[in-house]
Amino acid sequence: MSKLNLTRRGVIQTGAVAGAGLALPTYLSAAGHEGFTNAPTGSTVTFGFNVPQTGAYADEGADELRAYELAVEHLNGGGDGGLMNTFSSKALEGTGILGKKVEYVTGDTQTKSDAARASAKSMIEKDGAVMITGGSSSGVAVAVQALCQEAGVIFMAGLTHSNDTTGKDKKANGFRHFFNSYMSGAALAPILGKNYGTDRKAYHLTADYNWGYTTEEAVRTSTEAMGWETVAAVKTPLTQTDFSSYIAPVLQSGADVLVLNHYGGNMVNSLTNAVQFGLREKQVNGKNFEIVVPLYSRLMAKGAGANVKGIFGSTNWHWSLQDEGSKQFVKSFGEKYGFPPSQAAHTCYVQAMLYADAVQRAGSFNPCAVAEALEDFEFDGMGNGKTLYRAEDHQCFKDVLVVKGKENPTSEFDLLEIVEVTPVGQVTYDASIFGGELGTCNPGA
Amino acid sequence: MDALILQILNGLDKGSAYALIALGLTLIFGTLGVVNFAHGALFMIGAFCAVTLNRILTLSHTVIDETRTDFLGKPLQVDVPYVYDIFGESAGNAIIDWSVPLAILFAIPVMIAVGVIMERGLIKHFYKRPHADQILVTFGLAIVLQEIIKYFYGANPIPTPAPEAFKGSFDFGTMIGFDPNIIIYPYWRLVYFCFAVVIIGAVFAFLQFTTFGMVVRAGMADRETVGLLGINIDRRFTIMFGLAAAVAGLAGVMYVPINPPNYHMGMDFLVLSFVVVVVGGMGSLPGAVLAGFLLGILESFASMREVIDFIPGINQVIIYLVAIIILLTRPRGLMGRKGVMED
Amino acid sequence: MFGLEKKDASLLILVAVLTIFAPFILNPFPDGSALAQFNAGYPDLMQRFVIFGIFAIGFNILFGLTGYLSFGHAAFLGIGSYAAVWMFKLLSMNVIPAIILAVIMSGLFALLIGYISLRRSGIYFSILTLAFAQMMFALAYSVLTPITGGETGLQLALDDPRILSMASSTDGNIPVPSLFGMEMRDSTQLTVGAWKFTFNVGYYFCSVIMLVAFYIAIRIFRSPFGLMLRAVKSNQQRLNYTGLNPRPYTLAAFVISGMYAGLAGALMASMDPLAGAERMFWTASGEVVLMTILGGAGTLIGPVLGAGAIKYMENILSKINSDILHTWFAFLPDGLEDFIVTIIYPFIGKGWHLTLGIIFMLVVIFLPGGLVEGGQRIMQKLRGKSADTDSAKTEPAE
Repeated sequence: MSKLNLTRRGVIQTGAVAGAGLALPTYLSAAGHEGFTNAPTGSTVTFGFNVPQTGAYADEGADELRAYELAVEHLNGGGDGGLMNTFSSKALEGTGILGKKVEYVTGDTQTKSDAARASAKSMIEKDGAVMITGGSSSGVAVAVQALCQEAGVIFMAGLTHSNDTTGKDKKANGFRHFFNSYMSGAALAPILGKNYGTDRKAYHLTADYNWGYTTEEAVRTSTEAMGWETVAAVKTPLTQTDFSSYIAPVLQSGADVLVLNHYGGNMVNSLTNAVQFGLREKQVNGKNFEIVVPLYSRLMAKGAGANVKGIFGSTNWHWSLQDEGSKQFVKSFGEKYGFPPSQAAHTCYVQAMLYADAVQRAGSFNPCAVAEALEDFEFDGMGNGKTLYRAEDHQCFKDVLVVKGKENPTSEFDLLEIVEVTPVGQVTYDASIFGGELGTCNPGA
Repeated sequence: MDALILQILNGLDKGSAYALIALGLTLIFGTLGVVNFAHGALFMIGAFCAVTLNRILTLSHTVIDETRTDFLGKPLQVDVPYVYDIFGESAGNAIIDWSVPLAILFAIPVMIAVGVIMERGLIKHFYKRPHADQILVTFGLAIVLQEIIKYFYGANPIPTPAPEAFKGSFDFGTMIGFDPNIIIYPYWRLVYFCFAVVIIGAVFAFLQFTTFGMVVRAGMADRETVGLLGINIDRRFTIMFGLAAAVAGLAGVMYVPINPPNYHMGMDFLVLSFVVVVVGGMGSLPGAVLAGFLLGILESFASMREVIDFIPGINQVIIYLVAIIILLTRPRGLMGRKGVMED
Repeated sequence: MFGLEKKDASLLILVAVLTIFAPFILNPFPDGSALAQFNAGYPDLMQRFVIFGIFAIGFNILFGLTGYLSFGHAAFLGIGSYAAVWMFKLLSMNVIPAIILAVIMSGLFALLIGYISLRRSGIYFSILTLAFAQMMFALAYSVLTPITGGETGLQLALDDPRILSMASSTDGNIPVPSLFGMEMRDSTQLTVGAWKFTFNVGYYFCSVIMLVAFYIAIRIFRSPFGLMLRAVKSNQQRLNYTGLNPRPYTLAAFVISGMYAGLAGALMASMDPLAGAERMFWTASGEVVLMTILGGAGTLIGPVLGAGAIKYMENILSKINSDILHTWFAFLPDGLEDFIVTIIYPFIGKGWHLTLGIIFMLVVIFLPGGLVEGGQRIMQKLRGKSADTDSAKTEPAE
């Protein structure tokens, strides 16, 4: 009901706008009055939510979309205000952004860089979106980020974990709140050392593409630094569904830890297969055999079912966190949708809020002004503790969660338990280590 | 040596799935002359039969979820309370634990029905149409079927474990004189392999030793002549389509504990199963089975560390490389007949 | 005209008129109205229409004429894209050298793959081409990452050499592809009342190339060479008995259609300088097959229509979300509104695949000759059944 009423208002408003003399956004035109792409000229501003709606990550995309809808509601003054209540910056007032009502368009990335770019382009060219956000893979994030750089709009990355996004492929118009492979490795290693000892032999199975490479490297470097030995690292094809032939030889290699540098369907299947082979009941070198999954998501944990029990991994955020921001977000999201949000939903919601806040503080939608407001912006109350948007690479630095598959889940959402909150200092790195050039911000037009 | 034995075992297991899917595909192609791109979807529907049964059985526990009760209006839903009331808590749990094997019983009628409806309702009208049309219409059907499944079950994989008794693995190596932990093999994969052998054997026996099978084989060889003899070959072909659907579906049911099913698992197998069929030789049932196991084993060999280190990326392309080599050296695949699908 | 028969010439002129006025035709609804959602007249989609049109025209030269069903044609599109992006990286941002190299590279690959694959026919040929394409996809995504960019695709960077032009533009950004200074992304807009029309340099550049490609396709269809290809389709054996070796002809057709695909790939890279490996995945190859059959295999205009239809659905349907639906039906009583939205919702937005699948099935079941046949039937109805002689031109070659 309440949603319907909102829509009605929307209709009336749209009608009013159209009636008021076609004050519509000019887009991609040489005659951009404000000097940047898609400068909003009417009483509304349009965001582009570009998430996977078909393909393997469709459920994750659906959760992202829910979070965005919630963010828009809060920005426009609906609902309980969500994280605006706990956010350390108080620039947002629930009256839209700079007095403009937030509207949005959605698109399907299909988790393919081509489709994602086509969808983002249509949002920019046709719908006049001033900011693009979303996505559930690094390939898509890097591709769309490059597009936004060219077109002169801001890109607020969704779920993307590869070092490349804010490393060698970083762009001045792109920003990432999510953590990355390096941070996963740095946060995981001490916990693994504490629980499994520092004289382990690790066997890596790595998804054969960019994200897999960076994750393997991050975990290897940080575990080797504390004394682990890497017995072997085998690359597995992205399209692989049955990992038996990769998992079977693990035991005879003399390894006593298996690291699965897999994400999504690959991870669900490889973990299921590894448990199937009874690896976790084995004793090697006098120690219990262990499995590690560097990047966890709740949806993957759900897909792998009981197999995740007791398995360590890292995650950007989890709904069971007890700080004010997290509690507030879980409440807002849960009351609206009936279940707790995923980390993808959280990062997307926060990204939308951060963008809105930056615009408000900058007093302009101009990408260069927004970028400047975001750079070296320090904030709190968004669920990850004190966070810094670093200017050098547009990467957020915040605490990283090390989690473990829960032994006795109480519900289908209660699959992971937080083992440790690794403080930000431990996962911070020098901005130059991954190469790449940020370039200069491009306002387009 | 031990590594090779290990990979042969893995390959046999992978090959069982390929062989089962390729067998059904070849049955349909051999009998009806239809290139069925929806065959992968049948495999997927079979897998979701197992998921559905599991849901039906567990639903009596969790009373909260009422949205799922109206799924496709499957008649079996009525039985839920009876199963539980009759067998009580512990036996009821045992039944849920065994939901995947039980799903075989559930899947057979469902799959045959799906197959027959598909044949009568759609495929029948495409016997005389070009193969390109058949591909397009069955591809469209495959998309529709998988989108329907996605609508009801979501895109995320759904864990559906094997019975407790088949969890974990056994040490096959120690049985044949190797050190412990060298050759281990999961129980369920052994079950899957045996199951595949039984199904393949049954299909062959059915075609070889029954009158029905004889007529169908005759029809595969020369449909027109069999029709002239006054035999209603169409009806038999409908039944064969149902049978092929059931074979694909059962392959899917039993595959569920190996990898959690998702709505696009059929598409993942589709291309591969076509390669298997073609490598085996279009229209040849033994060829399909042979090629299934062969490609499964070769794929396993190519995934060995030593091999990948030697030729990087070989694990990515082995299936296709083998397909190319076989097709270039043996023009009609391993056991194909001349003139089938060559124009 | 141009050495074409009257009918072909009028078809070419019709296509030319349609492409020139596409910005108007595709934007029939006033900006800001509820139906503006269905407008397709924005540069990216218009570019895609013509680029995939080229791809499908080329595919049709092989499939429509010879009947050889290649299931790996997307590989050539990918090769073209990679070649073009490498030219942008190494040489300059001018699109001409990029297109030339892309066509040459895809032609070479087509020659190699075609030479091997054409040793077999029927489904064996299809699987061979599929196998080559899948191998290329798998390698491009993984071990060839240094050349192809792998998962993230091959991108331009600020530190690329670009020996014939600047590495970066004056404002410190990566320069954009251009034709002797005309940037592909430049657009001008025309506002007429509530309507807004966009004219994009890249689109018109692609259109000109598509018209040339279309013209060449017509010439091939009408040439003795085209006749020979049709002979291959109708009965290869008989052709063999006459003492002719059909393979050089089919190989030529394969290479030509591979070059068309490479051209399309180069144009995609020129409009949007990034080349991803998914472009070569088997579903991408399947897509061009579907476009061709959906439009009408063996007809001249069919593949272009099919390409347009599929790209339209992919880009327009997938963007309709439940909010938009509620806006459309907001005039209805609450219960009815919810009901209608609930019914339509599974078919749009994230359900656009479902609609696509249903349309494939409906078209194949009821219009075996694809959209072209649908058009012919409508024309026949309008003209009162006198048009059967006309249909010879666009009749699907069985």
